Amino acid sequence: MSEKKLFGLSAIFASPDAVIHAVKKVEEAGYKNYDVHTPYPLHGMDAAMKLKPSKLGYVTLSFGLSGAAFALLFMYWAMSKDYPMIIGGKPFFALPAFIPITFELTVLFATLATVIGMLAVYFKFPSNNHPLHDTPYMKAVSADKFGICIEADDKLFDIEKIKNLFKELHAQNISEIYFPAPEPVNIFEPKFLTLLALVALLTSAATYVTLNKVIYAQPFTWMMNQPKVNVQTKSAFYADGFSMRKPVEGTVARGFIPYEYKGLAAPVVPLSNPLLPTASTLDLGKKRFLTFCSPCHGNLGDGDSRLRGQFPNPPSLHSEKVRTWQDGNIYHVITNGQNVMPSYASQLSRDERWAVIHYIRALQKAKNASPSEIVTAKKESSANVAK
Amino acid sequence: MSQNDLVYQKKALPESLKRLGFILVAIGLALGAAGFLFDAQRALFNYLLAYVFILSIAVGSLFIVALEYLAGAEWSTPIRRIPEILASFIPVLFILVLPLLFNIQSIFEWANKHEVAGDKILTGKSPYLNTTFFIVRTVLSIGLWSLFYFLFIRNSRKQDTTKDQLLTKKNIKYSAVFIPVFAITVTISGIDWMMSLAPRWYSTIFGIYFFAGSFVAALAAVTLATVLLKEKGFLHPRLNNEHLFSLGALLFTFINFWAYIAFSQFMLIWYANLPEETFWFIQRWGGMWTYISLALILVHFVVPYAVLLTQPAKMDPKRLKFISVWILAAHALDLYWVILPQVHSAKAGTLTIFFEFGFLVAAVGGFFLIMYFNGKKQNLVPVGDPKLEKGLNFRL
Repeated sequence: MSEKKLFGLSAIFASPDAVIHAVKKVEEAGYKNYDVHTPYPLHGMDAAMKLKPSKLGYVTLSFGLSGAAFALLFMYWAMSKDYPMIIGGKPFFALPAFIPITFELTVLFATLATVIGMLAVYFKFPSNNHPLHDTPYMKAVSADKFGICIEADDKLFDIEKIKNLFKELHAQNISEIYFPAPEPVNIFEPKFLTLLALVALLTSAATYVTLNKVIYAQPFTWMMNQPKVNVQTKSAFYADGFSMRKPVEGTVARGFIPYEYKGLAAPVVPLSNPLLPTASTLDLGKKRFLTFCSPCHGNLGDGDSRLRGQFPNPPSLHSEKVRTWQDGNIYHVITNGQNVMPSYASQLSRDERWAVIHYIRALQKAKNASPSEIVTAKKESSANVAK
Repeated sequence: MSQNDLVYQKKALPESLKRLGFILVAIGLALGAAGFLFDAQRALFNYLLAYVFILSIAVGSLFIVALEYLAGAEWSTPIRRIPEILASFIPVLFILVLPLLFNIQSIFEWANKHEVAGDKILTGKSPYLNTTFFIVRTVLSIGLWSLFYFLFIRNSRKQDTTKDQLLTKKNIKYSAVFIPVFAITVTISGIDWMMSLAPRWYSTIFGIYFFAGSFVAALAAVTLATVLLKEKGFLHPRLNNEHLFSLGALLFTFINFWAYIAFSQFMLIWYANLPEETFWFIQRWGGMWTYISLALILVHFVVPYAVLLTQPAKMDPKRLKFISVWILAAHALDLYWVILPQVHSAKAGTLTIFFEFGFLVAAVGGFFLIMYFNGKKQNLVPVGDPKLEKGLNFRL
């Protein structure tokens, strides 16, 4: 017993009035490190112990405000910056709709911070043990008795003096409380491992049953079973038994314009490029050209394939023939295909094809410029730089 | 300090209180009556505002009395006479309601037969919203409140002399009956006197919205009276700041409760965005009403919340005095915001602002007079109540 470290001296009182009287005497005697334990809050105890107003309120307030700020900023970022979504025709930053969540997070942050702050202060979190736990003293004061415990690290601590003081106050069960012996921690104990396995098994089983059985049972299926046509199900309404209907002959998908000279040698009416050769169009054309055209036609359109003879090399795009072709002819070839070249209609949208044509024209210009044109171009670009 | 200083001694309230009350009533009634010369309908609505203001504080105070009995609260026993006195306005409501009942036709759209005949919604609501049933409900409500008021007060006063503990038990039983009666009648009052001003509108939360405002106003009135009377030494000398703390904490709670309910009403209507509900808020969002709507959030929630947040603030008499006057003004603003946009006369001129609050001033004067005359007749502390000693010993 002598090896054990003394935590403090405890005493039990039978009534609230007795304990408040005793606390006043203990306070008069000048003890500072003591605590009172009662089954329920006693009115007047704060004054008897001369407690200052708790500082915990500031923790609560600052975390509550942080919670509110976090909720509002996060919803602002998520709903109006990162992934703006229109919900019910409301603005992206719909403040009234955010208030309930802000309120919840304020309360959540404030309460969690209060509880964790309290544990940190009183239990020295993460420790969850206290020398008073599991003592007959704690059993009594958490049922129907009222107790005082003066701690051994108090400056005036003197066992005999305190015992006399408690006796004068008619305390019952004056007892010494020791720090508990540190318990060896053995996580490989078979009992513990068995329990762990059992918990894992139970959790998995419960999860499996919930996700595979329970949610397909009534009433959870009410949302799933709706009187509507599902894909790949048989229809009782249509004679042919298909739920899905074929579109009417000649239906054109939204945003899609069919090419009218498909299969012909050349467009009947000359087509003109609907896009302006702006920087963004040329940029798009360059990207698509490098992705889809350059493997055979070469990065600059010279017909120098990267395919090492797996396909015959196409002719250069800088030939007299291609340069004098109308835009519509190039469009026709990309859309329809020619000789070995297949149709690129499925890879490139209509606008992308026209953008590629702009880029081809730019390549042709760059390869076949006359000396005077180069001088003009240089002047223009240096003028642009000077600006 | 001798032993005598710690015992309650009855003192008559000063004559100046009576004088001030009469002056306020006279000025208020004169101003209010002058309003009739300029815009009779608006003046009627101003009278309605003052009537609902009195009703909410009086009935809310009776609720506080019943709550104390039912919950077995001890801390509020030393100041229970104050809500009892404030509630003594209830029998007077029988007289105050008469001018409104005689003018139902010009206040309520649904009372106009021609209006109802051509309107599907009003016809559908006519089994409830008709003049006869309205008067029955009004008289029944005031009658029930008066009945319980007399039961509570008779037992409470008798106890001062007899010190009979059984009287407390009786009042607890009456309270248990009164609370549900109160819940229904106060909901009906809110719907009848305020929601039905816009008879095509409905809000399922309106009853509790009115209750939240009334309770907070009644608490503010009780707090103000307690602090003032305690300062001048009319209450028990052993009453201390910890009793005030309880009042402050209740005020703080119910300021939050009001905001919670008011926001719930707004958010559901805003979110559902149904034209038959939103028009009520749209009426309050345009011109000066925009500023009044925004001011209501600040005045009725943000400021009292900030002022009452800390523990010392809740027991500081100076701060409580300030904030209870503030909350009473906020309650008047709340009622103004609900009632006045419903005025349908076109004559609103700038001059009316002088007469707008005449009846409200008279109502405040009325409360002073009620306090004076009741304070003359009876003890301001329930000296015979068995819970008094425990209540005085109340500590945090």
